[in-house]
Amino acid sequence: MIYEVFRQERKGQPFQHAGSIEAPDDHFADVYAREQYGRRGESAALWIVPRAAVLEIDEFVDELDRNYHRVDGYSLKAKLKEARERAGTAAAAPDS
Amino acid sequence: MTPKEQGFLEDVQAGGQVETTDWMPEDYRAKLIKFIEMHGNSELMGVLPEREWILRAPTLQRKLALTAKVQDEVGHSQLIYRVVEDLGKPREQCFDDLISGKSKFHNVFHYPTKTWGDVGVIAWLVDAAAIISQKALLKCSYAPYARIMKKICWEESFHILHGRDVILTMMNGTDEQRELVQEALNRWWGPLMQFHGNPIPREDDPMYVWRIKSQGNEEARQQFLDGYVPQIWELGLTVPDPKLRKRDDEGVWEYTEPDWDELKHVVTGHGPKTADRLDLRRRARENSAWVRSVVLADAA
Repeated sequence: MIYEVFRQERKGQPFQHAGSIEAPDDHFADVYAREQYGRRGESAALWIVPRAAVLEIDEFVDELDRNYHRVDGYSLKAKLKEARERAGTAAAAPDS
Repeated sequence: MTPKEQGFLEDVQAGGQVETTDWMPEDYRAKLIKFIEMHGNSELMGVLPEREWILRAPTLQRKLALTAKVQDEVGHSQLIYRVVEDLGKPREQCFDDLISGKSKFHNVFHYPTKTWGDVGVIAWLVDAAAIISQKALLKCSYAPYARIMKKICWEESFHILHGRDVILTMMNGTDEQRELVQEALNRWWGPLMQFHGNPIPREDDPMYVWRIKSQGNEEARQQFLDGYVPQIWELGLTVPDPKLRKRDDEGVWEYTEPDWDELKHVVTGHGPKTADRLDLRRRARENSAWVRSVVLADAA
């Protein structure tokens, strides 16, 4: 069976994919993962996951181009300039 | 090349990376398997010259360090063969092809180790040459391979220290010990200069074109010379190449043309120790067959 190994370098950091191992069962997977990724104290923790249990999503379709829930949906520069002019504060305002 | 393959090529050349489950051209997959399998073979065969010295190491500390290094290198081969398996070539097939001589391993692992000086030169300079190639693989277009290179490069960094420590200890020792280091350097210089391959332009190297490697052969060799020749010279050792010098104007190293015929002869299975080491590998595989069958039967 193939297991994917994710390692955390220090407590609090994200787990990152390190590699995969092949083992006949969970017990051997534990031993092999320790040998490959924990032998020198280089990992705070490991996640060992059977590859078959990983659900992968790699397509993120946005048919409606919904920019209102992203920062690039809000370009304020021109509007801010106009608002400052109307308020009479354009001269004193910083660049942005 | 189909438009889809062309698009893939442009993507990897622009720094794009590929995962196991992504579509890839068959030619790319075949090149990846060939390259990565040879790397796995080299890690596995590379422990044999050093293994010969575990029982003869001069101190207990050296014996433990050498044993740990052998364990590390075998671990690297396991990670690497795992990547090859995901690309479609089973590990057992890799072992069959290695033992039958169908697949290759690096030139430096086909030579004998005459003295403890050779062990120091291998761990210092052969590993230094290897780490230059391996660091360039951290940017490999095949991401699963690039990821395991992080761990491999990290472990290689201790191996170089181990090798340099062996050499420094001997250079601080008796005249006889210093002589052993110089003799070993003389033996290994030729194979070291051949190690990174002939200086074909990188654009003509399919492994570079697909961005499996991120540097050309000559770039790697120049980097090796730049990093290590000054370290060799400062110990009072002589590099056995009267033409070796760094040109002041361009900072490029000049050297005697390496023996490319020897390289080809050695890596195609005709090195002085090729047959012995493959035979040892074959016997080790036979002798450990019962362990694999027990482990797999127990899990079934």
